[in-house]
Amino acid sequence: MFKFFEPNKIFLITSKAPKYVMLLFILVLSIGLLEALVLSPEDYKQSHSVRIMYVHVPAAWIALGIFSSITFLSLSGFIFKNKNFFLIAKSLAPSGLVFNIVALVTGSIWGKPTWGTWWAWDARITSMLILAMFYFLYIIAWRIYEEKEQVFKITTLITIFGIINIPIIKYSVDWWNTLHQPASINILSKSSIHSSMLLPLMIMTAAFALFSLLIFLMKYNTELIKLKNKGLDRL
Amino acid sequence: MIYELLNMNGYGLYVWSAFSFTLLSFTILYLVIKAQYIREKNKFLTKYGTLNAQKAKIARTQIINQEILSNSQSI
Repeated sequence: MFKFFEPNKIFLITSKAPKYVMLLFILVLSIGLLEALVLSPEDYKQSHSVRIMYVHVPAAWIALGIFSSITFLSLSGFIFKNKNFFLIAKSLAPSGLVFNIVALVTGSIWGKPTWGTWWAWDARITSMLILAMFYFLYIIAWRIYEEKEQVFKITTLITIFGIINIPIIKYSVDWWNTLHQPASINILSKSSIHSSMLLPLMIMTAAFALFSLLIFLMKYNTELIKLKNKGLDRL
Repeated sequence: MIYELLNMNGYGLYVWSAFSFTLLSFTILYLVIKAQYIREKNKFLTKYGTLNAQKAKIARTQIINQEILSNSQSI
């Protein structure tokens, strides 16, 4: 079942894919930037500051998605005794952390003209900051315990504690009175965002997803070469 | 037209700084990851160069090693 996840087979694809993903990312990002900065309308209340949404929201979505994937992969690694799942999870973390930081910083920039403050300790912002700390802990744990067998246990434990925070981030705007507005986009019900704003948001999300794929592929290749370096030492 | 695009009704500073920070973060992350990749690849090539003929032959039997050694592979 997991023959596809053998590094030898994956490397044949991952070593060639980055250049094509890079080209596609540049293309989609260019269209997304044109839509987000020029073609999309301004908001009747927030005016042009609403354009920050096109980088803030996709970055937050992808940061949440990547952390959930890391947890799923770490747990799968334990259940199926497959170390390659851990390697894939580890390779996803750097882009997840950067997207989390982008979401926090762009949110802070958006907060100034909208709420009149750069930072507020409201539930959504604070829980996103906690997620960034979990990302940081996860990456640091790999650095500290890389050569030791317990790295798999420690990093999985970090993701298990961190995943508790994901529904808190998602529902914080419903559970508490926060400065953040409730979700404008719902998968199961009708979204309250106009299609002229939804289109650039989706294009920018696609561009960000492609970037995280690009970084993942490059990082995963690096990790595999690192393993092969150790293999040469043992010859 | 250009002034309007830059000024954005007085919100230009916020909008452009948010987009600039995002793209700068992407560029830095890309360069850091690429530097790590090149460092590990060079380390591999140096180690491979020090192997004797028999060990080099064994190393070449692995698909990943063949890919790393091939010149066509690049990011």
